Amino acid sequence: MAIDRTLYREIPVTNGLWASAAVLMAFLLGAFASFVYVEHHGHIVTGMTNQIVWGMPHVFAIFLIVAASGALNVASIASVFGKMAYKPLSRLSGVLAMALLAGGLAVLVLDLGRPDRLIVQMTHFNFTSIFTWNILLYSGFMGIVAVYLWVQMDRSVDPKWTKPAGLAAFVWRLALTTGTGSIFGWLVARPGYDAAIMAPMFIAMSFAFGLAIFILVLQGLCRLADTPLGQGLITRLTRLLALFVAVVLYFTAVQHLTNLYAQEHAGFEAFILRDGGLYTLLFWWVQVLLGGLLPLALVYGRSAPVTAGLARVVAALVIIGGIAQVYVIVVGGQAYPMQLFPGYEVSSSFLDGEVAAYTPRLPEIALGLGGVALALFATGLGAKILRILPSNLSDHNLPG
Amino acid sequence: MTFRMPNGAKLADKPTRRDFFKSGAAFATMTLAPGVTLMAFGGSAASAVVDAGKRWGLLIDTSKCADDCDACVTACKTENGWEGNGDAERDVQWIRKVTLRNKATGHESSMPVMCQHCESPPCVDVCPTGASFKRDDGIVLVDKHICIGCRYCMMACPFKARSFVHEPVNNQKPHAPRGQGTVEGCTLCVHRVDAGGIPACVESCSATGNGAMLFGDLLDPTSEIAQRLAEFPSVALRPDLDLNPGVRYAEI
Amino acid sequence: MILTRIFLALCLFLSAGALSAADGVGPDIPQATGEPHPEGNDYMRRWHMEMLKHDRDLTMYLGIRPTDTSLAECFECHTVRDEAGTPVTVEDERHFCRACHDYAAVKVDCFDCHRSTPVDFDEPSPHAFLTRGPRFRSWGADDPEVLLAYLSQVMTEPN
Repeated sequence: MAIDRTLYREIPVTNGLWASAAVLMAFLLGAFASFVYVEHHGHIVTGMTNQIVWGMPHVFAIFLIVAASGALNVASIASVFGKMAYKPLSRLSGVLAMALLAGGLAVLVLDLGRPDRLIVQMTHFNFTSIFTWNILLYSGFMGIVAVYLWVQMDRSVDPKWTKPAGLAAFVWRLALTTGTGSIFGWLVARPGYDAAIMAPMFIAMSFAFGLAIFILVLQGLCRLADTPLGQGLITRLTRLLALFVAVVLYFTAVQHLTNLYAQEHAGFEAFILRDGGLYTLLFWWVQVLLGGLLPLALVYGRSAPVTAGLARVVAALVIIGGIAQVYVIVVGGQAYPMQLFPGYEVSSSFLDGEVAAYTPRLPEIALGLGGVALALFATGLGAKILRILPSNLSDHNLPG
Repeated sequence: MTFRMPNGAKLADKPTRRDFFKSGAAFATMTLAPGVTLMAFGGSAASAVVDAGKRWGLLIDTSKCADDCDACVTACKTENGWEGNGDAERDVQWIRKVTLRNKATGHESSMPVMCQHCESPPCVDVCPTGASFKRDDGIVLVDKHICIGCRYCMMACPFKARSFVHEPVNNQKPHAPRGQGTVEGCTLCVHRVDAGGIPACVESCSATGNGAMLFGDLLDPTSEIAQRLAEFPSVALRPDLDLNPGVRYAEI
Repeated sequence: MILTRIFLALCLFLSAGALSAADGVGPDIPQATGEPHPEGNDYMRRWHMEMLKHDRDLTMYLGIRPTDTSLAECFECHTVRDEAGTPVTVEDERHFCRACHDYAAVKVDCFDCHRSTPVDFDEPSPHAFLTRGPRFRSWGADDPEVLLAYLSQVMTEPN
């Protein structure tokens, strides 16, 4: 079977590209306007309060950052685990990973109470804080993936360097996601956090979210560049995604089963699993069903190859389920009241003992969406000016 | 000295006006390059008010705390200037009155809850810049000069002791600077304590006649608070977390 | 090369006198009251930030609170008053710190948290409050009298 050499091309300038750029730019401007508005008036114009201190911006940021490390997976599978079928996708995987991380970090930084003090953060490090380690991990990730991309794209570099660079990137990204999960896992104060399983669960989430976004972005770019995308590759990617979804469901199950066993966490578990209103709905219907069981049924319930349309549906479901999962973790974990004294009910003028309400307002939603737009815009820009998209991804062209 | 400077600089290098006067070099410096001269005279190691041999704490007797009294809250508001807008969700609350009701027996007690000034504060552990810090005498503070407003300390605090300032502030009290975008909480009236006084909440509680709050040095065996803690039972909030707070509650 | 050096030296020489308002070059610095700083104006202009930060760290971490070197003490002498005799806050461009900092385009971070007027003065609400929409407390903007008073103040204050 004749295999063409993998030729990477910049995506051509078309009306479709301009239209996509225009839409993304609109979201970027909206996010910028929201940032200026919140910066001037203070966070009182957002829905975040002293009870729900991290809201929509953080949901989007955590989702994007977790997905960023997962998006690099495709390249890791090729470089580290030797699956040659994914080799042509490595460059896009690296660029997408950097873009998603940039989008997530932008939202995180712009939501700070004092974003003008970023320099202060970069010069004052408290090494007992996982946040500090995360900052170093995020910055290092950008550098390591940049080196990884350079090693692959620069013809003067010996291909033997791809594997060590890929391995370094893979290990770094595991550390990064562990750090992100530990932001919550290391908080002793709240019953919804304080769990060692947060770190591996976030790693499983990163596999799923990153690959789902990768599938959608790959399809989108191939459509824009009129690149043939083989059904075999789509099937492989989507089946892998379904496997990752199953792993996420496993970790979620273990987390909640463990919590249910501990009487001290019974209140929180009852809140999330039964009494939490919106959080219960999001958990069961969106996270578990839409984002977990339905994709599994759609992919594993058939023996026929996965079509492009089905892949889009599955990826979209996983993303929606993923956002719901992060929302339940981040906001649900804060909504449940803290037990100031075990065995006692608490009430006060500061809403102690009450389930905290959270209504996201436009400024914070716009900021979060702007982060997504930044990631997509950066990816599109990268595909336009760099040669990262293969010119032919049809099935007969797949190596290995 | 074991305090932490945010930029890691040593105190002795930086000149102060007092050192300038003491050195009597006022005239000489006008003719020389400023930086060089002052370094040459050096700085005096100023005597610290913070004493690592002390640990400031509070003892709150909930049986003396009246359900309908919030003198401590009002006093703190007046002393530190954090009047609210009536928005319970976004208003800053350095101290609030909390009612604890025993789920099994139904017994209720009321008490003020503020920053517990833990010995192992989770907020200090998680602050990315080190703005949340513990002084050598046990008082946990926010260095608002380096606070970036990430609110991670608010996530980490088991007592909801910290509040985020959601809107622009002015007309601050000179001893309690506070502003938009930073996080703040009870300072144990550190400006009063450093001058040898007691926190405003404790003072106002005594003034009402209830006398539910007691302030003192936990490490001084002759202080009233240490003696009361040794003699009568008291508990910490969230005892399961083993944070060893400086604030203790009796008769819950 | 030598010409560059002469040029740079000239710039340095000229900039040394940049803070004198008499020749029209440089900021218009409001006159202070009270005793002048013994270190001299040039020293204070160059080093005031270092001194403030040093004293700040002493207070923050060691609890040393010398009242003669507090920010509040600065405004005992360096208060600028408007026509009515009321001190102006840092939001007004006539404020002492803004006179030089606006000229040098160096942002003053202090007054987000610290007060910018003498201790006994009751500062009015920050301007940001008055520009919020009807969802939030209007701070009197829905009261015609208050609104008119504000508008007339805005009309008469110099730009």
